[in-house]
Amino acid sequence: MRNTFAETLYREAIENDRIFIVVADISPVGNMANFRTEYPDRFINVGVAEQSMIGICAGLALKGCQPFAYTIATFSLYRPFEIVRDDLCYQNLPVTVVGMGAGVIYSDHGGTHHTMEDIAVAGAIPNMQIIAPCDPAEVVEATRWCARQRNGPVYLRLGKAGEPILTKDAEPWQFGKLRCLRRGSDVAILSYGVIAKTACDLADRFAEQGKSVSVFSCHTLKPLDRESIAAVLRQHEHVIVIEEHVPQGGLAPQTKQIAWDAQARCRLDTFTLKDEFIHCNGRHNDMLAAHGLSLAAISERVGLG
Amino acid sequence: MRRDNNSFDTHSAQERCRRYRRRILDISQQVSALHIGSAYSCTEIVDCFYNGLMRCSSDGSSPDTFLMSKGHGCMIQYVVLEERGILSRADLDGYCTPQGRLGVHPDYGNPGIEAATGSLGHGLSMVCGMALAERARKQSGIIYTVLSDGEVQEGSTWEAVLMASSLRLDNIVAAIDNNNFQSLGRTSDTHPSFYPLAEKFAAFGWEVAEVDGHDSAAIFDAVAGRQGGRPFMLVAKTTKGKGVSYMENVPIWHYRAPNKDEYRQAIDELESA
Repeated sequence: MRNTFAETLYREAIENDRIFIVVADISPVGNMANFRTEYPDRFINVGVAEQSMIGICAGLALKGCQPFAYTIATFSLYRPFEIVRDDLCYQNLPVTVVGMGAGVIYSDHGGTHHTMEDIAVAGAIPNMQIIAPCDPAEVVEATRWCARQRNGPVYLRLGKAGEPILTKDAEPWQFGKLRCLRRGSDVAILSYGVIAKTACDLADRFAEQGKSVSVFSCHTLKPLDRESIAAVLRQHEHVIVIEEHVPQGGLAPQTKQIAWDAQARCRLDTFTLKDEFIHCNGRHNDMLAAHGLSLAAISERVGLG
Repeated sequence: MRRDNNSFDTHSAQERCRRYRRRILDISQQVSALHIGSAYSCTEIVDCFYNGLMRCSSDGSSPDTFLMSKGHGCMIQYVVLEERGILSRADLDGYCTPQGRLGVHPDYGNPGIEAATGSLGHGLSMVCGMALAERARKQSGIIYTVLSDGEVQEGSTWEAVLMASSLRLDNIVAAIDNNNFQSLGRTSDTHPSFYPLAEKFAAFGWEVAEVDGHDSAAIFDAVAGRQGGRPFMLVAKTTKGKGVSYMENVPIWHYRAPNKDEYRQAIDELESA
């Protein structure tokens, strides 16, 4: 995802000289090298100084620019949180805060590098918009949208590298709209971000059992497409939410709220990270399994064991 | 474009500053509290930036920018903006009222207010971003800012100090309102190691000058005479509550409005000074 982000932003920056990227001692690879070489005035590396990264983006935006702040998610959102809140959200500036490697992708780096509560944290601030693409193709759409929007701040939650394409047959991407990746009638699975791959794998398992399955990318977490989610809850007998986020403040509890408001009668299963700091020095999948988010564990709990 | 090159009329500056202080006193009689001492300590600095250094077109616009990093000192900015017609008398009269648009701290979106401040340690990074935007887009704007000495204790301020210098943002002119006070007492008691200040900024690569922050001519000369090529920091020695004897260096006047008797005494002192 980070390469795709770099490629897309570079292309946007060629067309728009108001685009800046302010990074904190870490840079997306790929075409970001070209960005840096060709537009040195618009590529700023603040070093290990995330508060100034956000403040500088605010100052650029106050002068009409379209800046992106970029580093590992925990350092782009948590470390400078009050500056994100005051400078970006209170002033409602069109700055994109990119959180790379969100969730527990940095599994063996330990809890200091995990970003498990970002949807809750970012989503709690007025004016903040949140996008979490499920695959590199959605990263292209989301990055383009961020580079062109003037609504206000965005938290763009990215994975890291090697994510497969999940949206080949999907309907067009639209900010703020639930996106159908495949359409069925019995079971619906809602997900976002890197773990949407697990949602697709689970859908395949349901299909093998003869079930008709819908899969949705809920790429825009704020504003949440409540109307479409309510419709999904009404139209399917079994709805499953899978997210790489703690139980509070993410898609799972919000879907339950919508289900209550919509008086939905479907079965609703939610799968999230545990509300726990888990020490697991394995790979990303090992960490997800430790949180109960392996395909096998989810399959068993939804009756596919 | 007007700029009073090499000729800052200090007599006029004194008159303006007297007028600004008096206006703030008048407003203090309409509200329960305001940061009067904090505004008085940077009155001459803000006056000199706006009325001496920032360029001004005939339509009142300026290519330069002023950002009040010590947001709690904004009463002085409000009265300057009022005098320049950017804020109205009604705006000032509505200070801290439900229907008014001016509050205790500067709010982005109000006329003449370039950024929302009030939380300390935010201003200088925003100033760096503004300066970068000016440079990248080949504009000539200078970004002026006033920091409190207390906010120089924020780590975020030092991140920005480092950035401004590393990026050689020579279009930044910053001043520290070095009044030696913060909410809970003297800065020099809280942090003896805070001093010397000028050397710290010089060590970080800034061009630095130290002046008496109530000497308008000295402020003007130091800024107008800077060498350039680097960000510029004016370490201005000031007195909190400057101009009213019972307010000077008395912490309660960080955030208190005078009663009627105190108001009369303050007016007398300002008029006779």
